[in-house]
Amino acid sequence: MFELVFFSLLNGIVTGLLLFMLASGLTLIFSMMGVLNFAHASFYMLGAYFAYTISLYLGFWVGLIVAPVIVGLLGALVERYGLRYVHRWGHVAELIFTFGLAFLIEEIVQFIWGKSTMAYHEPEILQFPLFTIYGQNFPAYKAFMLMISISIFIMLLLILTRSRIGLIIQAAIHKPNMTAMLGHNVPLVFMGVFGVGCALAGLAGVIAGPALGTFPGMAVVLGAIVFVIVVVGGLGSLTGAFVASLIIGLMQTFAISLDYSVNDLLSVLNISYDAEGAFRDLWSLSLPQVAPILPYLLLVLILIFRPTGLFGNRET
Amino acid sequence: MSETTKTASATVQASSLKRFGPWIGFLILLMIMPFIFTSNSAIFTMNLMGIFIIFSLSYNMLLGQGGMLSFGHAVYFGLGGFMSVHFMNYVEDGSFVFPIWLLPIFGGLIGLIFAIIIGSFSTRRSGTVFAMISLGVGELMAASSLIFVAFFGGEEGVSGDRTMGPESFGADFGPDKEVYYLIAAWVFVTVVLMYLFSRTPAGRLANAVRDNPERAEFIGYSQRKVRFVSFCASGLFAGIAGGLFAVNFEIVTEENLNALTSGVVLLMAYIGGIGFFIGPIVGAIVFTLLQSILSHYTDIWQMYVGVMFVLTVMFVPQGLTGIMMMHTAAYRMNRLGGLVVPYVRMGIPSLCMVAGIAGFLEMMHHVRGAAVGESTMSLLGIGFDTHSVMPWVIVAVLGIAGGYVMRSQAGQLKDAWDTANDPNTWQEEASS
Amino acid sequence: MSAAIELAGLRKSFGPTEIIRGVDLEIYKGERHAIIGPNGAGKSTLFHLISGRYKLSGGSVSLHGEEISNLPPYEIYRKGLSRSFQVTNIFPNMSVFENVRCGLMWAQGYKYSFWHLVDRETELNQKTVRVIEEIGLSARQHIPAGVLTYAEQRALEIGIAAAGGADVIMLDEPTAGMSHSETDQAMTLIRKITEGKTLVMVEHDMGVVFDLADRISVLVYGEIIATDTPENIRNNKAVQEAYLGVEAEE
Repeated sequence: MFELVFFSLLNGIVTGLLLFMLASGLTLIFSMMGVLNFAHASFYMLGAYFAYTISLYLGFWVGLIVAPVIVGLLGALVERYGLRYVHRWGHVAELIFTFGLAFLIEEIVQFIWGKSTMAYHEPEILQFPLFTIYGQNFPAYKAFMLMISISIFIMLLLILTRSRIGLIIQAAIHKPNMTAMLGHNVPLVFMGVFGVGCALAGLAGVIAGPALGTFPGMAVVLGAIVFVIVVVGGLGSLTGAFVASLIIGLMQTFAISLDYSVNDLLSVLNISYDAEGAFRDLWSLSLPQVAPILPYLLLVLILIFRPTGLFGNRET
Repeated sequence: MSETTKTASATVQASSLKRFGPWIGFLILLMIMPFIFTSNSAIFTMNLMGIFIIFSLSYNMLLGQGGMLSFGHAVYFGLGGFMSVHFMNYVEDGSFVFPIWLLPIFGGLIGLIFAIIIGSFSTRRSGTVFAMISLGVGELMAASSLIFVAFFGGEEGVSGDRTMGPESFGADFGPDKEVYYLIAAWVFVTVVLMYLFSRTPAGRLANAVRDNPERAEFIGYSQRKVRFVSFCASGLFAGIAGGLFAVNFEIVTEENLNALTSGVVLLMAYIGGIGFFIGPIVGAIVFTLLQSILSHYTDIWQMYVGVMFVLTVMFVPQGLTGIMMMHTAAYRMNRLGGLVVPYVRMGIPSLCMVAGIAGFLEMMHHVRGAAVGESTMSLLGIGFDTHSVMPWVIVAVLGIAGGYVMRSQAGQLKDAWDTANDPNTWQEEASS
Repeated sequence: MSAAIELAGLRKSFGPTEIIRGVDLEIYKGERHAIIGPNGAGKSTLFHLISGRYKLSGGSVSLHGEEISNLPPYEIYRKGLSRSFQVTNIFPNMSVFENVRCGLMWAQGYKYSFWHLVDRETELNQKTVRVIEEIGLSARQHIPAGVLTYAEQRALEIGIAAAGGADVIMLDEPTAGMSHSETDQAMTLIRKITEGKTLVMVEHDMGVVFDLADRISVLVYGEIIATDTPENIRNNKAVQEAYLGVEAEE
C-alpha cells in the first residue's frame, strides 16, 4: 500500500507540475487580456512536434532550448496579427478565434507530420531507472521533468515578484489602462506575455512529448484539463492555478491506481443488485474508469457552488 | 390615431403575401429538391443538410439570439439521437407501437429535460463562465458516454432499424428519399417554430439580454430566466435534430455528443452568420456542401474548413449572410450592376491565388503520403508527375501572380463599393 | 401626502470607505424631487441602492410602504419603480422600436411568454408607437439604437424607463452632456412623461432643477443636509456654503 501511495504521489506531482506549466501561461494571459486562450494546448503540441523534428537533426538538448523559443515567437505573432485584430469584435469573437485556431493547428500538424504517433524519445542519457523501491522503478526522465517544472515555477515566482517587468505585469493585470497611462507600452507587454505563455506551453510539450506521446490528439487530451484547472483554481489566480494543477494531477494518478468500484462499496454495505438491469454499468463502475471524468465533475461542481473558483475573485 | 401610428401598424400587419411568401417558397423548395438533385449521394447530402439546419439554428438561439457561447451543444443533439434510436429499437422488438416519423419527438423531449437540468445552473451567467460550464458539461457527458455502455453502447454506439415501424403515409422509410421527406417536413416545422420563437416576448427579451443583460433587469426581467427559456428551447430543437440523425443514419455513437460535434455546430453557425435568422441555415448548407464535395476530392478538406473558419472570425464576423446583407443598400438603389465588373476583376485573381495555394498544399500532401516510387497524381482530372519541376512552377506562379493582381485590384473594388453605397446620391434619387 | 419612497438610515460602504452615511428621506407621491450635490457626494450610489443595483450595507428602502431592501432590480421594477442611467444604457443592436417594446413587455403582462407573437399584439405595438412619438424618435424607429445621436439615445433612455408606466420614475442626470436646446427639449419630455407620477432625479444643471423640481434634497458626502422647496433651498445658508455658493459664482 505504501509503495502505491508513494508512486502515485510522485507521479501526481510530476503531472501536476507539468499541468501548471500550461496553466500558468493560460492564467497570465487571461488575467491580462481577458482572453481564455483555447489554443493554448495547441502550442504545447507544437512544442513537442518542433522538438521532435529538431531532435532528429540536432539532438534532444537543442530541441529543448530551441523549440520553446520558436513556439513563443509563433505565439507572439498570433497575438500581434490575430488576436489584436479580432479584439475589435469583442471577447466572444476572441474566444471563438482561439477555438478556431486550435482546430486549425491540429489540422496543420496532421498535414505536416501525419496522423501517427511520432517516435520522439527521451535522450539515452536519461533512459535509466533513478531508483527502485519495492521492485518498482522510477525513471530518471520523470525526475528530469520534475526538475524542469520546479525550476520554471521558481523562475516565474522570482520574475513576477522581484523584477521590474514582473511588477509591470502585475500592474497591467489589475489596471491595464492605468499602466498604459504611466507610460508602459501595454500592447508590447501583452505580446510578450502571450509569447512567453506560449513558450512555457511549448516547453511543457517538449518534455511531455517523450513521456506522454507525440500525436495529433495530444492538445485535445490536455487542453480541456488545463481549462478545468484555470477555472477551478479561479480565473486569473496563479496560486489557484498551482493548487488546482496539483489537485488534478494527484486526483488522476490516484484514481487510476486505486482500483475500487461501486461494486466493492455495495458488497461492504451488504447490498445486492441486479447484474442485468439498465443501471448495471453504474454498479460496476470503478475508480480507474471514472478517472477521466473526475476533472470535469470537479469543474461543474465548482462552477455551481463557487463560481469564482478556489482562489479567484472575479466571475467573468 | 396619428399618421405615424397608422403607418407603423401597417408595417406591423404586413400584407399576407409578404408574410407568408417566403415560407411558401421555402416549402415548395423543400418539396422539389429531390426532383432536381436525384442522385443517391445528393439525397444523402440533403438529408444531412436538413439535420444540420435544425441543429445549427437551435445553436444560434443561444449564441446569436441570446449571447450564450456554448462549447457543448452536441450534448443535446447526441442525447436526442440516443433516445430516439433506443425507441426505434423498442418499436422494432414490438414492445411499443409508434410511427417512426414521430420518433424525433423523444429526442426533443430528452434534449429539453437535460436542458432544464443543466440550464438551471449554467444560465446563471453568460460570457466566459457560461462557455466554460458548457465545455465542462460537454466533456463530462462525452466521457460518461464511454462508461455507461448500457445506454450509450460504448465505442460502437447504438444502432437500430428505421423500417420496422408501422407504415405511415404509405412509406416504410426504407429508401433515403422517403427519409428525405420525413426530414424536410421536420425542417419546415421546426424552422417555422424557431422563427416564431424569436418573435415572442421570450425571444425578443433574449436579444435584449444579449445586448445589455443589466438593463434588462431594470425593465422587469431576470436575465437568468430569459436565458433559461432560450436554453430550454434550444435543447429541445437540438434533440429533435439528433432524433432525425438517428432515423437517418440508424446509428448513434459517442462522436455525436462529443466536443468535435459541438465545434462543428459553432463553426456552421458562425460561418453562416450568427446575427441573422437565416445565417445558420446558410452555414449548415455551405458546411455540408463543403464536407461532401471537398472530402470527395481531397483528404485535407478539414484544414481548408479550418482556414476558412479562422479567416471568417478575423475578417467577416458577420458571416456569409452578413456579406450578402451588405449588398441590400446597393440593391435597393438598383446599383448592384455597377459592382459586377469590379467583383469579376477581383474574383479571377483571387481564385487563381486560392487555386495556387490549394494546389501547392495538395502536392505537398501527395508527396508526403505517396508510396515510394509513386509520383503521379491528378488534380481536377489533370495528371502529372510531382517529382518534375513544372507543376510546382505553375502553382507558384498562380499563387504569387494571383495574389499580386488581387492586391492591385482592391482599390478599384473599394471605389466601386463606395460609389454604389453612397447615401447622399441615394437620398437625391429617393426624393426625386 | 403619503410617501412613494422612504429611506431609513440608508448606508453603503465599499471596503473601508462609506459612501452613503445614513440617509433618511421621504419622497412624496406625485412630487418631482431632485437630488443635487457636489461630485462624489454619492447621488448615483443612492440611485443604485434604491433601484436594487447595489446591495445595502445598512438601513432600509420602502416603496409605497412596502420594504424593497436588497430585492433584485427586476422585482423592484415590478413593484412600480423604473429608472434611467447616467451612462446611456440601451440595447444597442436592437431597433429603437424593439428597445421601447421590450420596455413595455413586462408591464403589459407578457412575462416570459413564448406563445404570444409580439407583432400580432396590437395594443402592445400601439403603445410602443405612442411612446416613441412622445420621445420624438418616430422617424428613427427602425434604426439600431446604437447608431442614434447622443441626444437621441438619452431620449430613448428615458423612453425605455418610462414606457412601462411605472408610477415612480428615477432619472439619473437626464440632461448630462446636452446642449441648451437639447436640454430644453429633454425638460419638456420629462414633464410630459412624468405627468401625474412621482419623479426622482439627479441633476447637475441648476436651471433644470429649480425649474422642474417641487422639492430638492442636497446630498453632501453621503448625508442629506437639507430637503426643502427650491425657494428655501436657494436661501439655505448651509447649502450655499456646501454647494450652491460655488455654483453661484460661476
